[in-house]
Amino acid sequence: MVVEAPSEFETQDLLINVGPQHPSTHGVFRMVLEIDGEVVKDLVPYIGYLHRGAEKLCENNDFRQGIGYMDRTEYLAAHNAELSYVMAVEALGEIEVPERAQWIRMILCELNRISSHFMFLGAFGIDVGVFGTPFIYAWRERETIIDLFEEISGDRMMYAYFRAGGLAWEVPANFENRVREVLASAQQGVKDFDGLLTENEIFIARTKGVGFISAEDAIEMGMSGPTIRASGVPLDIRKTEPYLFYDQLDFEPITANGGDVFDRYIVRLQEISQSIDLIGQCLERLQPGPITPERMPRMLRLPEGEAYIRTEAPRGEYGVYMVSKGGNKPHRLKVRSACLSNLQALKQMSVGQYVADAIIILGSIDIVLSEVDR
Amino acid sequence: MSTEIFGIENVNVWVDGLIRVLLIVGFMTVVVMGLIYGERKILARFQQRLGPTRTGPMGLLQSVADALKLVGKEDLRPRNADPWTFELAPYLVFVPVFLGFVIVPFVLDWQIRILELGLLYFVAITGVNIVGWIMAGWGSDNRYAMIGGMRAAAQGISYELPLVLALVSVAMVVEVPLADGEVARGSLNLNEIVASQHEVPNIVWQPLVVVVFFIAGLAELNRTPFDIPVGESEVVGGPFVEYSGIRWSMFFLAEYAALLIMSLLFAAVFLGGWAWPAGIFTDEDWPRWAQALLVAGKASIFVFMVFWVRASVPRLRIDQLMGFSWKILLPLMLAQVMVNGLVLVYDWPEIILTVVGLIGIVALFAMVDRAVRQPRQRPASAAQLQSEAV
Repeated sequence: MVVEAPSEFETQDLLINVGPQHPSTHGVFRMVLEIDGEVVKDLVPYIGYLHRGAEKLCENNDFRQGIGYMDRTEYLAAHNAELSYVMAVEALGEIEVPERAQWIRMILCELNRISSHFMFLGAFGIDVGVFGTPFIYAWRERETIIDLFEEISGDRMMYAYFRAGGLAWEVPANFENRVREVLASAQQGVKDFDGLLTENEIFIARTKGVGFISAEDAIEMGMSGPTIRASGVPLDIRKTEPYLFYDQLDFEPITANGGDVFDRYIVRLQEISQSIDLIGQCLERLQPGPITPERMPRMLRLPEGEAYIRTEAPRGEYGVYMVSKGGNKPHRLKVRSACLSNLQALKQMSVGQYVADAIIILGSIDIVLSEVDR
Repeated sequence: MSTEIFGIENVNVWVDGLIRVLLIVGFMTVVVMGLIYGERKILARFQQRLGPTRTGPMGLLQSVADALKLVGKEDLRPRNADPWTFELAPYLVFVPVFLGFVIVPFVLDWQIRILELGLLYFVAITGVNIVGWIMAGWGSDNRYAMIGGMRAAAQGISYELPLVLALVSVAMVVEVPLADGEVARGSLNLNEIVASQHEVPNIVWQPLVVVVFFIAGLAELNRTPFDIPVGESEVVGGPFVEYSGIRWSMFFLAEYAALLIMSLLFAAVFLGGWAWPAGIFTDEDWPRWAQALLVAGKASIFVFMVFWVRASVPRLRIDQLMGFSWKILLPLMLAQVMVNGLVLVYDWPEIILTVVGLIGIVALFAMVDRAVRQPRQRPASAAQLQSEAV
C-alpha cells in the first residue's frame, strides 16, 4: 500500500555525488544520484577522469611500441588487450603466426581471464559488504597467476609479451607444469567462492532480481561479455567468430537467463571453471616449435589498408580498428571498449532501485576505468 | 551516608561511587583497546593475514599507537557544520555507552551499583546514543552523513523492540527466592537474574530468545550484516564521515565499548554470568577473580561470534533490514512473550519453553528462507517504460 503525502508536504529529491573519490566506484568513475529517500530516481554518469589519449599516442609510435599502450588501457587483462592489437597488425601486414605462439597466446589470454574474473569477485564482495574476506581470497588466486605472468614476461601488470607475428621470447622450460599448478589453485579458489558467497542467504537476497536488464535491451545497448551472457544472449566471440584456434576447442558459451546482478556474478564464476578447462585442452595440443615467423623485419612497415579485429576479453568485446597509410605507424587507431558500452546500461539498471543496489549494479558491470576513458 | 569498599569502613557514598566508576571505566577503556586489537587479529586470521605484528610484541601496542595518532591529529570541523550539534554528538554517543557499565554484574557482589530496575536502566540509557548518531549525521553538513544518520535512527529504533522483548521474556520468568522460602517470578535486577541461573543457564530455557538477542544485538551495535549506517561501500562511514582526530576516536571507542557491554549482558542474562557452573559450589568458595574470568570467558564467546559474522556475510539492504525486524523478529518475540506468560499463569513445566524456543528457531530460519527465495518482481524494460511515458 502506498500512502501519498499531502500536497503541502512536498518533498524534494536529494542529489548526491558518488565519486570520483569513493571506495566503490572502481577507480575514478563519477555518478550523480538523484534519490528520494533511499530510492534512486535518476542517475547521471560522468566519465573521462582517466583519459590519457592512448589511441592518439599509438598514432605517434610505431607498431611495436603501441603494444605497451594497449596494456595500459586494460590493466586487469593486458594480454587480451595486446592480442587484439597484434592481431590487427598481423591482419594488415598479412603476417603468419606460428602454431606454438598461437597456443601460448590462448593459454595466456585464458589465464588472464581467470585473474580478471577473480579480481571482479573480490571487488564485488566488498561492494556487497563483506569485510575484505572475498577480496583476500580472490587476491590469493590472482597472485599465483600474476606470479606466473611475471616469470614469463618479466612484468606483473604491463606484460608487453605479444609481438606482431608471435611472442617476444620463448616461455620458461617448466611452463606447462607451472600452468597446471596455477589451475589447481584456481579450481580451489572457485570452490572457496562458492562456499563463501554463492549459497549465502544475504548474498542471494541482495543480488537476485536486482539490476535487471532484458536481452533485447542489452543487445540495443551494445553490451557484450559476461554482462550480456547473463541476460541470456549466447554472444561469445570465441564461439561466434573464432580466432586463434578456438574453433578446435570444445566449449559452449556460458549463459544465464536472469539478467540480474546474481547472474552476472555466477556467469563470471562459471567462466573461471570454463577457462580452466580450456587451458587444459590447450596444453594437450601445445607442441614444440618456433614462436616467431622466420623472416620478420626489424622495423615493421605495413601496407595501406584498414583492419578491425575483435576478441573476447574478460569484460566483453575488445576491438581494435587500425588504419594504415603505409609507414611504420598506424594512421588512426580506435579501441572499442567493452566497458564503455556496458556502462551505458547503468542508468536503466539502477533507476528505481535502492542506493545500495546502484553500488552493486555498478560493481556487477565490472568496469575498468582506464578502458572506458582510454 | 557511608558504606564499605575493599574492607575500608565508613566511606562516603559519593567517594565510594567515584572510586568504582573510575576503576571500571579505566579498566574498560583498556579492555576496549584490547578488543580492537583482538578484532584485527581474529579478522586477519579469517582472511589468511597476520594482522598487526610490528607495534610491540605481537603487535599488542597497535591500539595504543592508533590512539596516540588520533589524539595528535587536527580536530577539523567543516565550515558549514553546525558547531554545537557537531561537537556535542560524540559525547552523546560516548557517555550513554559507558553509563551502561553501571549495572553490569562482573562478580557476585561487586559492581558500580546494583539497581532493582537494572535491565530497564540499561535499555533506556543505551537508547540515548541514537540521538548522538542523528546529531552527528545532521550536523556534519554532508549528505552521506545525513543518509547514514537517518539509517542509524531507523535501524536503532526498529531493533530496539526485539531486543527489549528478548530481555523482557527472560526477565518475566526469572525465579527469585524470597525470605520465607517462597519463590517469586520476574525480576529486572541483573544480579537476581544471574543468581537464578545457578543450576541451568537461560540459554537452555530460551533458545529462540538467545538467537534473536544476538541478531538484534548485532543491529544495535551496527555490526555486519547490519552495518548499513556506516557502510563503507555506500555511505563511506556514514555519520562519522566528517569527523577526525579525537572526536572520531570517541565514536570508535564507544562502538567497541557498546560491543563489550552487550557481550557482558549476554553472558549475564543467558549464560549465567558468575553463577553457572560456579553455583555447583557455594558462592563463597568461588573466588572473585575466578568469577570475573568466568564472565570474561562467556562474554568473549559473544565477541568472537560478532567478529566471525563480520568476516563472512555481506551487508543487508535497508528495506530487507527493516522487514527482517518488523515482519520476522518482532512477531516471533511477541509470541515468545505470550508463551512465557502462559507458562507463568498455568504453571506449566519449563521444558515447554525449550521446546517452543527450538520450534521458534526453526520458524525463524524457515521465514528467512522463504523471504530469500521469494521471486521478486522484475522492473519493466526500457521499451515498456517508453510506451508508458507516451
